[in-house]
Amino acid sequence: MSAMAPPLLEVQEVSKYFGSVIALKDISMSVNAGEVMCLLGDNGAGKSTLIKIFSGVHPPSEGLFLVEGKEVRFTSPRDALNAGIATVYQDLAMIPLMSISRNFFLGSEPTIGWGPFRRFNLEFADRVTREELAKMGIQVRDTAQPVGTLSGGERQSVAIARAVYLGAKVLILDEPTAALGVKEAGVVLRYIAQARARGLGVIFITHNVHHAYPIGDRFTLLNRGRSYGTFSKSEVSREEVVGMMAGGEELEELSHELDEFAHTDRLVAARMAEASRELSADAGTMPSGPQLTAPASKVEQR
Amino acid sequence: MSVRQNVAGRGVAGGDERLANVSPLRRLLVRPEMGAVAGAIGVWVVFAIRAGDRGFVSMRGTANYLEVAAQLGILAVAVALLMIGGEFDLSVGSIIGACGMITALLAAEEGWNLGFSIAASFLFALLIGVFNGFLVLRTGLPSFIVTLGTLLIIRGITIGVTRNVTGRTVIGGLNDVPGYEGARSVFANNLRVGGADFSVSILWWLGVAAVATWVLLRTSFGNWIFGVGGNLQAARNVGVPVSLVKIALFMSTAAAAWLVSTIQVLDAKSADVVRGGGAEFTAIIAAVIGGTLLTGGYGSAIGAVFGALIYGMVRQGIVFSGVDPGWEDAVLGAMLVVAVIVNRYIRTRAMEARS
Repeated sequence: MSAMAPPLLEVQEVSKYFGSVIALKDISMSVNAGEVMCLLGDNGAGKSTLIKIFSGVHPPSEGLFLVEGKEVRFTSPRDALNAGIATVYQDLAMIPLMSISRNFFLGSEPTIGWGPFRRFNLEFADRVTREELAKMGIQVRDTAQPVGTLSGGERQSVAIARAVYLGAKVLILDEPTAALGVKEAGVVLRYIAQARARGLGVIFITHNVHHAYPIGDRFTLLNRGRSYGTFSKSEVSREEVVGMMAGGEELEELSHELDEFAHTDRLVAARMAEASRELSADAGTMPSGPQLTAPASKVEQR
Repeated sequence: MSVRQNVAGRGVAGGDERLANVSPLRRLLVRPEMGAVAGAIGVWVVFAIRAGDRGFVSMRGTANYLEVAAQLGILAVAVALLMIGGEFDLSVGSIIGACGMITALLAAEEGWNLGFSIAASFLFALLIGVFNGFLVLRTGLPSFIVTLGTLLIIRGITIGVTRNVTGRTVIGGLNDVPGYEGARSVFANNLRVGGADFSVSILWWLGVAAVATWVLLRTSFGNWIFGVGGNLQAARNVGVPVSLVKIALFMSTAAAAWLVSTIQVLDAKSADVVRGGGAEFTAIIAAVIGGTLLTGGYGSAIGAVFGALIYGMVRQGIVFSGVDPGWEDAVLGAMLVVAVIVNRYIRTRAMEARS
């Protein structure tokens, strides 16, 4: 990669409005070949909207969208695919009841034969699926088995292998590790590294810094539809990323609040204990119902 | 590169060795149509015992229930494909009535050659299919409701127009119109096999089933059908032309209804506005008995063939047994419930990790 080559995918000051809602404002970011760009942000930060722009679901309201230095305007997911941008969605990557090889080639079926006898080349599909998965280190027993029999991590991995095989230059992964256990997430991270090693540009969307930091080369942080900027790994520490993601001050405030809660909890507990002691002392002479509520509400008022 | 391929090649060999561990029996058992095949054998055995001496197992008896199964089967196969694609078409019942009436009106009232009037009703059916598809896609409403609407609309218009034009609801005497013999030889002929007359509709049924199976399992379009039914959004994301697939499927169910209608009209030499009443549900029942999932994404055309066969055997078997035909619905209802339970079991087994 020469320094002169334009990024595989780049947006400059894009904004997206849904009616009066500003979903994204002036976002700039890019991804180069052989690079993992992590798109980080809390829920509602605008990550999903941004990847929908990348994958051709929504056009941006404002700003430039460049693929390999040329401006593009996608009108459908098909356009994005044709431009080499493949998106793997967290829960929509695969169709559980279909076989692995049918899933692998869905929408891009290899055919054999001529005219009305042109048919889906299942033998080829099975062979290639097996080979491609083997290249990513996944051994499948039977490519005819339904995808639903695979674990979540394996499904994500198959979806990644599929995108790579079908000629993706940019791979967009939407929360690929969100629903996975620690070990499975590790497996998926390894495939992301493999995709990078093969020269793809990877945009890895997540809100989990512990998954993003080890694999990411650069990080773009979104918060409430705006960008905090892009940082390369040498510029920021993991803790700084966490801080920015949660909105540093907010996190500090939260920890104060939590302390506060803990304090009041202890206070309440002490008073409750006191009240119940009094109650049990008076139990013989008075009906306990109204007595019980009175001390409790007194505590709450303080 | 060559090194990588060698590695991959070895991976394939390793995978294939392990593949042999999955028993062929197991593979067969988890196919969607297996429940219906077993059911068809079971039903045949039951009626062979109960009504074997009254002609159920004879060539004539076989021809009899196959003809019933054929007409339903043509419809059920198309409906199964549509259901795998995630939609319902309840309008097929009234399309049968409407197509028959269009064919009869054009031939008997307007003096068209029967061949042309059959072509005209075919065109009508395709248009209704496109209309259903567009309506479902544009509104985003469940196709069950949308086509329930078109079912009533088409039925109502058919009755209204026919009464308006002829003052009746049945048009007969189609054997006197030009082109009848030619059309009959294609759609309503009988083939003599083993001393019994087998309706040519059985061949249409098997032909439709063969084409449907080919399309479903061996073409890209078939893969798209599974895709749009299994997960519409996922299919769209990988570039499947979702609208095209759904509209084509609605066109195929309408076309199947036209074929059934044409067979009925030429066989009876008359058209009746109420023809096809209830066919929309028996077709769904046959598809479901055949292992097709109501929620889409799973099923088979062959299953629908056996579902229709079960229906035909139960219906005619009850007649052969001399039992009150009222029992037919009870038996079919029970078969449906059992089929759904068995099919769910089969599917669960199919989804289990094969370790």
